[in-house]
Amino acid sequence: MAKLRFQRLERSSPASWAMIGLQVLLLALGLAAALYMEEHGHAVSGMSNQIVWGLPHVFAVFLIVAASGALNVASISSVFDRPAYKPYARLSGLLAIALLVGGLAVLVLDLGRPERLLVAMTTYNFKSIFAWNIYLYSGFVLIVGAYLFAMMDRRASQSTRLGKTMGWIAFGWRLVLTTGTGSIFGFLAAREAYDAAIMAPLFIAASFLYGLAFMVLVLAAANRDAGHELLTADIGKSFRFLLSIFALSLLYFTVVHHLTKLYAGGHRGVEIFLLRDGGIYTLLFWLGQIACGTLLPLGLLAAARDPAAVRRALPRASLLFLIGGLAQMYVVIVGGQAYPLKLFPGFEASSSFFDGVVASYHPSLPEWLLGIGGMALALLQVSLALRLMPFLPEARTADRSPVAA
Amino acid sequence: MSTEPQQALPDRRTMLRGLGGAFATLLAPGVTLYAFGANDAQAQASPKVRWALLIDLGKCPAGCDLCVTACREENGWQGNGRAETDAQWIRKVRLRDARTGQDREVPVMCQHCDKPACVDVCPTGASFKRPDGIVLVDKHICIGCRFCMMACPYKARSFVHEPVTDQKPWAPRGKGTVEGCTLCVHRLDAGRPPACVETCAAKGGGAMLFGDLNDPGSEIAKAVARHAPAQIRSDLGLEPAVRYRNL
Repeated sequence: MAKLRFQRLERSSPASWAMIGLQVLLLALGLAAALYMEEHGHAVSGMSNQIVWGLPHVFAVFLIVAASGALNVASISSVFDRPAYKPYARLSGLLAIALLVGGLAVLVLDLGRPERLLVAMTTYNFKSIFAWNIYLYSGFVLIVGAYLFAMMDRRASQSTRLGKTMGWIAFGWRLVLTTGTGSIFGFLAAREAYDAAIMAPLFIAASFLYGLAFMVLVLAAANRDAGHELLTADIGKSFRFLLSIFALSLLYFTVVHHLTKLYAGGHRGVEIFLLRDGGIYTLLFWLGQIACGTLLPLGLLAAARDPAAVRRALPRASLLFLIGGLAQMYVVIVGGQAYPLKLFPGFEASSSFFDGVVASYHPSLPEWLLGIGGMALALLQVSLALRLMPFLPEARTADRSPVAA
Repeated sequence: MSTEPQQALPDRRTMLRGLGGAFATLLAPGVTLYAFGANDAQAQASPKVRWALLIDLGKCPAGCDLCVTACREENGWQGNGRAETDAQWIRKVRLRDARTGQDREVPVMCQHCDKPACVDVCPTGASFKRPDGIVLVDKHICIGCRFCMMACPYKARSFVHEPVTDQKPWAPRGKGTVEGCTLCVHRLDAGRPPACVETCAAKGGGAMLFGDLNDPGSEIAKAVARHAPAQIRSDLGLEPAVRYRNL
């Protein structure tokens, strides 16, 4: 096999500079929104004592879940010994770190007291899944960083054993990390929408899908400046297959989750709310998550038969999967809280503190800006890193075809 | 070549020392907060005591909110006229039995659980349980993550959404932190009952009985043994300290 060579992006089209400019602008707006919320308190957000985690959490959890899934390609290449994925392993590691940093930034800036981050890092309650996550997240950045070093350093990369070992550690860590993120909700026994062990594997399936979808979109965006087709016919075929499998897995866990809740009489109320009577949540579930975010992209991928069609379908399907992912996180996080806590089963409850009523929530502009700012931070890191270091594969002789218009 | 590392060594040492100093400076506030946070409050509480409340709904008339007013005045959590974000440490929940059409009102506050979910999930330990069973928030180390509010089955906690003024010295509040009923811990430590209990006894129906569950001779321990009062969401096994008669 020909020696694998990597390149950094040296060509810079006006479109890519415009993209970087947009990312910087969105990041600046996100930071300004965070400062505004910090100064005035969460009263300027749409959040309340009923909906305590709002849109920033939707973006943060979405990015964190996607981060662990972005490592898929590197894992497949080193853990499962599939050399076809190796050219994309570096980008996979980079994307994993960048998405995690973007998600964590949103999470931290949405804290009531973000300036106390240091307290969170020095004072632990080890019974808290949140405290475990502080370790899991920072450990993930360190491990994936070391994994990237093992792949990119001239001497370290000579040792296949080192790369494989780091690959295994990173693979195990990301599974635990996403289990931890899913368990933030799975362990919440008080809320009917959560309280389910299946939240952990459901989040793992979601991470596989979102992470690979981000990967496809970054490759598609970097195509022009790379000067050759990054989504080659071979890898395109593999990504098409993997995206379909991941989307079907996520659909499977989603169906089982809802069926389990529907079957248990005590939880039927929340299911009827989410699936039938929940207004925006019902709409986002059926139209956002299921139709636009699962069935439509699956159809696009299934319909694409020849390599050119696959190349066209992959970014479109990936974008739809990500839109579906955001919708899914919104339904899980906000919809799950909107349904009232049942303190007194068998009674109709009401109070001045909104007992017994569905909570209303309208995300404010600062929340949108903060969430989008986190996404911009993640993508900006990738945009800059691709220009500074060789993360992308050079064209191999067979793939030196010009970029499709 | 051999001289380069020797020259570099002291520089590196100095740099590491400087970094160590900077790190210690950064850590110091956290360590100090920890030292004067939860531990201070716990030092005064006795593990032999288990403070509890027994509320007799038969003596709690509809429309009476004396306990709520007393708590608000004692602890200074008056709102800003924004119901969705204003704090409520105690509230009256109106219940209607759909089958019988019967109505009743239930005062609900932090249930001071023996196995509090809020304490389990709090990443920094800001939510803590004193040895005498009172569940509190250490305002110094609460980072405002609101995980406790997600975990509490009683909707007993509020997040401070806006800057607060006119705070009571014994009930500090802070924008961006979480708060809830303290069982008037400042009064208890001074040998007085919670404000809600005192007011209910003096001006209301005398529906609230407060005392030490661990003292078999106490009125509350005897009443709990006699009436086996209900707990809200007892199915969750959190063992709340607030019990209800005639629920």
